[in-house]
Amino acid sequence: MNAIIGKPVGRVDGRLKVTGGARYAADFQRANLAYGYCLQSSITKGRILSIDTQAAEAVPGVLGVLTYKNAPRLKKPEQSETVQDSKVSESNLLPLQDENIYYDGQHVAVVIADTFERARDTANLVKVVYTEEKPVFEIEQAINEAIPAKQSFGRKMQVKRGEPEEAFNGAEKKSDQTYTTTVYHHNPMEPHATIAEWNGEKLTLYDATQWVQGTQKAVAKLLDIPIKNVRVISHFVGGGFGCKGFLWAHPVLAAMAAKKVGRPVKIVLSRQQMFTSNGHRGRTLQQVALGANGEGKLTSVRHLTTTQTSMVEDFAEPCGMSTRLIYASPNLEMAHKLVRLNTGTPCPTRAPGEAPGTYAMEAAMDELAYQLRIDPIQLRLLNYAEVNPHDGKQWSSKNLKECYQRGAEAIGWQERKPEPGLTKEGEFLVGYGMATATYPCNRSPASARVQIFSDGHAVAASCTQDIGTGTYTIMTQIAAEALGLPVEKVEFKLGDSDLPNAPVSGGSQTAASVGSAVQAAALEAKAKIIELAIGDKKSPLSQKTKESIEVENGRLFVKDEPGRGETYAQILARNRVPKIEAECTTKVSTRETEKGEEGEKKQDSEEDKTGGCWAASSDEEIERKPYSFHSFGAQFAKVLVDPMIGKVRVVKFASVMDIGTVLNTKMAENQIRGGIIFGLGMALMEHTVFDPVRGRIVTRDLANYHVPVNADVPPIEVQFINKPDLRVSPIGARGAGEIGITGAVAAIANAVFHATGKRIRELPITPDKLI
Amino acid sequence: MKPFTFIRANEARIAMHATQQNSSGKIIAGGTNLLDLMKLEIETPEQLIDINLLPMKKIEVLPDGALRIGALVRNSDLAYHPIVRKKYVVLSEALLSGASPQLRNMATVGGNLMQRTRCPYFYDTVFPCNKRVPGSGCAAMDGYNRSHAILGTSNQCIATHPSDMCVALSALDAVVRVSGLNGERTIPVVDFHLVPGESPDKETRLEKGEIITSVEIPAVAMGTKSRYLKVRDRASYEFALASAAVVLEMNGGTIQKAKIAFGGIATKPWRASQAEQALKGARLEEAAFQSAAAAALQEAKPRKFNGFKVELAKRTLIRALKITGGVA
Repeated sequence: MNAIIGKPVGRVDGRLKVTGGARYAADFQRANLAYGYCLQSSITKGRILSIDTQAAEAVPGVLGVLTYKNAPRLKKPEQSETVQDSKVSESNLLPLQDENIYYDGQHVAVVIADTFERARDTANLVKVVYTEEKPVFEIEQAINEAIPAKQSFGRKMQVKRGEPEEAFNGAEKKSDQTYTTTVYHHNPMEPHATIAEWNGEKLTLYDATQWVQGTQKAVAKLLDIPIKNVRVISHFVGGGFGCKGFLWAHPVLAAMAAKKVGRPVKIVLSRQQMFTSNGHRGRTLQQVALGANGEGKLTSVRHLTTTQTSMVEDFAEPCGMSTRLIYASPNLEMAHKLVRLNTGTPCPTRAPGEAPGTYAMEAAMDELAYQLRIDPIQLRLLNYAEVNPHDGKQWSSKNLKECYQRGAEAIGWQERKPEPGLTKEGEFLVGYGMATATYPCNRSPASARVQIFSDGHAVAASCTQDIGTGTYTIMTQIAAEALGLPVEKVEFKLGDSDLPNAPVSGGSQTAASVGSAVQAAALEAKAKIIELAIGDKKSPLSQKTKESIEVENGRLFVKDEPGRGETYAQILARNRVPKIEAECTTKVSTRETEKGEEGEKKQDSEEDKTGGCWAASSDEEIERKPYSFHSFGAQFAKVLVDPMIGKVRVVKFASVMDIGTVLNTKMAENQIRGGIIFGLGMALMEHTVFDPVRGRIVTRDLANYHVPVNADVPPIEVQFINKPDLRVSPIGARGAGEIGITGAVAAIANAVFHATGKRIRELPITPDKLI
Repeated sequence: MKPFTFIRANEARIAMHATQQNSSGKIIAGGTNLLDLMKLEIETPEQLIDINLLPMKKIEVLPDGALRIGALVRNSDLAYHPIVRKKYVVLSEALLSGASPQLRNMATVGGNLMQRTRCPYFYDTVFPCNKRVPGSGCAAMDGYNRSHAILGTSNQCIATHPSDMCVALSALDAVVRVSGLNGERTIPVVDFHLVPGESPDKETRLEKGEIITSVEIPAVAMGTKSRYLKVRDRASYEFALASAAVVLEMNGGTIQKAKIAFGGIATKPWRASQAEQALKGARLEEAAFQSAAAAALQEAKPRKFNGFKVELAKRTLIRALKITGGVA
């Protein structure tokens, strides 16, 4: 039925990217451009005693230096205005507003000059004198002051059902261990970059962001100017993984700097600055206590996380969220404690919560399986959640059993001997591990506009972002499919705040959210042309019913009489209509909130803005309230371990994902594979280290912060169930960006245990821990 | 990066003069390390002297069977040279275990000898570092010293020498040929690099006005076997936690002479003479390897985060000996 959706269409922006034609934020050419360089603090806690910019300002070519002494005052938004808007505007640390230093690497000045090199060199001439206080930067240093974490994107972070403690105490089989994950940095290939340009009262920002309209809104609020005076453009983003999801300080600094010098100003963060200017995944200590009966049925699940935030804002890595619903257990407790440290503020990192959370939970399940002497897959099947155990709702669609089965076949699970540490291949120990993957299906309201032009081509547009995931391509496919046009005849535009509203490219929600809006707008535009044709006496389709007409390859025709028809171009030309346009808003939200609105239509006080769009209305009428929206999958790893030198090599990985409709197998596989490689990094090498004396990050480049290189990555087989989840949306897609990392870490860690018999509960599993 | 002038030397003497006269002049060949250091203002030369035009790009066999490698030979060309692949396996393997293909295509033999430590404290100008600013202190000593040295350290510096190539050259008894305004001299690779002692900023025996022109590796005896083993946190593009270069001259099943050098655990490419002694006349057996490894690490001085390197280095050597001896 689908002619285009699901096809492995190559990236529509691929040519631009490989030829250098794709303009990323820093690539925009602006006349009279000046360059800002951020100077960052070199102490971890204290105050700026004095800051001397005289020498720097005297350098020819230097246009100005911004410090807290001369920077414009920013307006701190009201708490009620700011939820989920931005990291910086929610924070007590607005850039260059006072002399306080909360962590090492905080912006303390911006040097603005006629060249980037001059700005960077001159930054050394700014003399900052600090008074230093003793910082705390590791959880253990302040664990006694841990506080309960409040909420994670509107969801409660402390949940209890039944009597988890009693059930655990009375359980026949138990596993109670603490698993530790480290601080991680996103490290997208493209560093953060902003060009700020003022034109009178109007500000344009060319910015690397996962949320164009989030940046627009937050910058406007901080500068206390109308939102309509800020335009944000972000046509290409070289990866974000969460660190470009919310506004950080540098776009605001660029705007201040541009105002100060009366020229457009570009700020690009260095790789080193990417470790202190845009968040990280907080370290976690996760106690997972599982109780089960003799057969392996879970009787109690307790998942208690302690994690870290900064001194200026609360963000708690929500490790326990997926634990609530991953297995059926009558008794459960999940809780999160937060420790405030002198570090930057953590923020979402690819599958925030689920990535470290599924590591701890799935490693604990593995430990329980070995204790019970049953197959790890069997343990998962015994505790299979037929409904969402957290809220009792039906799953909108769940095919996890098939994922386990296909994944096991793909990795060769039948080769696995149950005893750990006994299978050898030459010098190497062989291990197999598996884990469950899960991620919520988030969908948020979104809008799109579709125009069909009299030359037969169409333009679809929405203010979404393509952070490398393939948004340009899948949206083109969705629009082309709905319009009955070939992909080449459709252009998709994004990344401009002037375009119809769209949510953040985070939470794996773009396919479901923006995809639905694009489809609705395309169907609406097509319907308008069909109406034009059937009301046009000169049209061969005149007087036909709407239902009798189909479109293929840009040509409308009568279903039962395919010879009778004409093209979009012919209809529009004859009627002298240059273009037909439709704009639709889909208002469905599947995001879980504390109020329990899951699956409900978002209650909006504004008037209904679907604009009478019938496709959007019928989408809204789908019954969602009784359903819970989540994706699941199964992750399988095979490793070889050289026990003598502690070397782990993942030699094969198999992943079977149930993410609803797969819009484009190439893009989706790419996303899952990328997530798994992220997981491999977490399991085996990634680790942000703070100097034990000063609390300054010492792994602040890609030589010291180890991400996997090609040689670390094994063949990764990705399979999809590919069954549409039509309760999510008429497209049936649930998103692919984040689920790939979930379960991946545990599958590898569990395989290492199977190979060696050693359970490493502190990531990363480096050679020193295995010898 | 500080502004600098750039000259291209088409004669060796020009380069010698320039470095002699300009105390902050720096020779640049591949630039794979120097440019990084300049961007971070760890190196702040006022002048760069490009020597890429000098005729030092040849690999040739000398009449006595030694291999002479021009200082400007790129790491990849050396690694894949047929003679190196056949007779100096340890060198080829060491080179190919270093950096990435792109870097190896640029990096030269001379530059590799001159590369500086990757100690993160040396690389971050906010921290004190005796190597970078003599007398400022050593942040690594009580800092995160997981990657640091356990051999050849001093109370001034525990930075690890990063090279793989130099470890192999050290085990092969290679000699560095240097040239200055007063003539030529040779320095054995084992003596070329200095332990930090009281002056960690002084890293090699190369004197002002001297340039490296070539490296010579003596001919290997018939039946010599050599291998390089590197253990690290990821499979490629990463410095060693521990590495071992092993050269075994065999007499039947007996080790006539063993030459062993370590990387990743010492402040310079570390020739392990105690281990060599222990292996002299031994058979290719586990017990002999064990005692050699124990002897090699006898004087190790681990710090808080690098204690594992003592055991890891022993195991790396034992495994390397097994691989070299063909008894793995």
